[in-house]
Amino acid sequence: MNLLPGLRIVFDELTQRFGAQIEHAHAPQLNELYLHTPVVLAGGLCSILYRKYQARLAGVFAEDARARDKAFFVYYLYALDSAHGFVIVRVPVPADHPELPSLTNAIPAVNWQEREVQDLFGLKLVGHPNPRRCALHDDWPEVHPLRKDFDLKTQLPPFQGERHKFRKVEGEGVFQVPVGPVHAGIIEPGHFLFSVAGEPVLYLQLRMFYVHKGTEKLFESLPIPHCVRLAESISGDSSFAHATAFCHAIERAAEVDAPPRARALRTICLELERIYNHVADIGAICTDVAFVTAHMHAMRLKEQVLRANEQVTGNRLLRGMACLGGVRFDFDAEQIQALSNVLNSLEPQFNSLVELIRSHSGTRDRLETTGVLKPEVSRDLGVVGIAGRASGFDHDLRRDFPHAFYDQVSFTVPVFTEGDVQRRMVVRREEIFQSFAIIRQTLDKLPSGPIQSRLEQVPPDRVALGYVEGWRGEIFHWVHTAPRNRLARCKIKDPSLQNWPALSEAILGNIIPDFPVVNKSFNLSYSGTDR
Amino acid sequence: MFDVLRQSLNTGVVTTTYPAASPEVSNRARGRPEIDWAQWKDARPAAAVCPTGAIAFADEGTRRTASLDLGQCVFCGLCADVDPAIRMTNECELAARGRSRLIASAHYKLQNDGTHEKLLDEPTLGGAGTTNSAMQAAGQELQARLDAVLGRSLHIREVDAGSCNGCEIEIVGLNSPVYDIERFGIHFVASPRHADMLLVTGPVTRNMELALRKTYDAMPAPRLVVAVGACGCSGGIFGRNYATCGGVDEVIPVDVYVPGCPPNPHALLHGILLAVGRIGEKR
Repeated sequence: MNLLPGLRIVFDELTQRFGAQIEHAHAPQLNELYLHTPVVLAGGLCSILYRKYQARLAGVFAEDARARDKAFFVYYLYALDSAHGFVIVRVPVPADHPELPSLTNAIPAVNWQEREVQDLFGLKLVGHPNPRRCALHDDWPEVHPLRKDFDLKTQLPPFQGERHKFRKVEGEGVFQVPVGPVHAGIIEPGHFLFSVAGEPVLYLQLRMFYVHKGTEKLFESLPIPHCVRLAESISGDSSFAHATAFCHAIERAAEVDAPPRARALRTICLELERIYNHVADIGAICTDVAFVTAHMHAMRLKEQVLRANEQVTGNRLLRGMACLGGVRFDFDAEQIQALSNVLNSLEPQFNSLVELIRSHSGTRDRLETTGVLKPEVSRDLGVVGIAGRASGFDHDLRRDFPHAFYDQVSFTVPVFTEGDVQRRMVVRREEIFQSFAIIRQTLDKLPSGPIQSRLEQVPPDRVALGYVEGWRGEIFHWVHTAPRNRLARCKIKDPSLQNWPALSEAILGNIIPDFPVVNKSFNLSYSGTDR
Repeated sequence: MFDVLRQSLNTGVVTTTYPAASPEVSNRARGRPEIDWAQWKDARPAAAVCPTGAIAFADEGTRRTASLDLGQCVFCGLCADVDPAIRMTNECELAARGRSRLIASAHYKLQNDGTHEKLLDEPTLGGAGTTNSAMQAAGQELQARLDAVLGRSLHIREVDAGSCNGCEIEIVGLNSPVYDIERFGIHFVASPRHADMLLVTGPVTRNMELALRKTYDAMPAPRLVVAVGACGCSGGIFGRNYATCGGVDEVIPVDVYVPGCPPNPHALLHGILLAVGRIGEKR
């Protein structure tokens, strides 16, 4: 079994300690180690990986393998940032006794994910502190859509309205403010229930999954090439990142590498996606504290990036560009020149915008110390991406798990510890500067050669993890392939799912009028969460 | 304060002149796929690679019906990669007043080897729905009255009934200085009670169906509904499944359909202006 040296050390120590209890181990990739263990070992392994190796439990998901293995499998995805590898622990859950112990008390970061497993697979998470419905709303009948005996096209009775029992917050002068699912702005649907005493927020309850579209189930019904287009529609602002994470997973399953030029073009597109979203967010944060002029400039700059996207890929959101084994369209000399011109014109305009915001003390007053997410809370909740980096979490898949062309370019990862809205904005600002540098370096070193490796049929019964640092944070796609170029399972992990509970923490003690700007500073995807 | 003004003055006017001028779209943009119906020899390869079923065919005896549904198309261009009779244009003003007007179809003589040969009749676009001339006249009169009421100042409420957020990115762009929808007297409002038009993205999920109905019911009449994007028009790549109801018209009546994945701001403007009679259908 070939493993990265750091991962080899972990594996040797775990086998020494647990011996035959680890029933099977395999490593389809140097940085992807699978351990098959009985369910009783899940907690012990978790504790060691978490404490000794500072592993992050980046994902918990299940698979219905009853047809072949008479059991469900639950997978725990650990990211070992310092060893640059992943450990994926697989435990069986018997079909006739579908229960397993919950890890949420030890690791609050998996709260929602465990409940999602419970809802979608009907596996009971014993000991979960809050085992209420999460992914399926309370009016849903007793169905478990990701079980294999549940048909994708099942017609369920229409939605009857929310019957979720929210927690009561009581006391003199306490009242509740329900918001959503239809919001006042042009944003996605979700329900927020604020409990306030006077203006400060005492407690915020989130109700998501209004835009649950059966996406993971749908992945199991489509031929793999069509799934690339579906991946583009998981979260519209991360179309390219999600599609690339999916392609990456399939390429690893098929043991096919995208050629160097394709990897470079992927990097450019990922950075263009980062720039347009970050610019838009910086503007939106300004507008939420009434500095509309800065927002207008930001939207103007975003439009320039969207047009550049269209120029190089044919679509403003970079859709249609991703494909299995590489990318679909090469950049010709004219496009490279156009892209370079856009960067050269954009950078000074962005500098002016930064200067404009910096000179506006009213904006800074509103953003500093607003919506603070403390580093220790952030770590407990496993907050990733820009929000994590603004709260002291020094992590970026581009640096720690280099994919695409990121091992060929140099860049820095901005990290702050204050955890307020201001820092979440500054992380974006600094990352835009890094993105300019990454694209320039990539264009300078652009390898020649093909842009696609041949990948028509994917071998069955392979498992693989694909990953991409999207603009919002780390995106994982885990696949288990099936015969005839299909998938038995595709788990999509958008960073939003991980980060939403942090919003409830960051808003505490802030006033409701600051909620929009705090929410925008996280800018989490509802569709990526709900799928 | 003066810095703010100086920067705005230095920037100047960035607003597009659309619709007076053509959409500012790259010649590399993928818009409406164009089928050379007369030269089309085989619908199967394109239908096989189409991820949403926008290109489809049905064989009956020796007769084949082949169709292209812009309401399902995500403009990926995979069909054009495999079929020389299809090419991608950069046309984006595709909005139509009826769902069937997005569907073009033609009949062919089917060959034994599965290809098709000559066109049996001219390709057709779905009709206006009725051939009854009295009904048509009444419809036109109603439309004229509606245009008179809503055709100048228009208030829009946007509802995301299940979208991936891609359409929202472009809808937000309508408020940017580049597209500046307010120059038409059109304004996005926070409540359906203030709105004349509902701009809905989809697919409508099971969990949003009731919220969408309630939003629609809260609007004062007369009211218009514009369905946005492949998912809003037809359910798109998600279609109908245990968690989705399909397109917006499965839940509330729709006046105008705006294809795209997502439609760009020009396409959205075209659809909105079409709904209030300030612009005509293109194509």
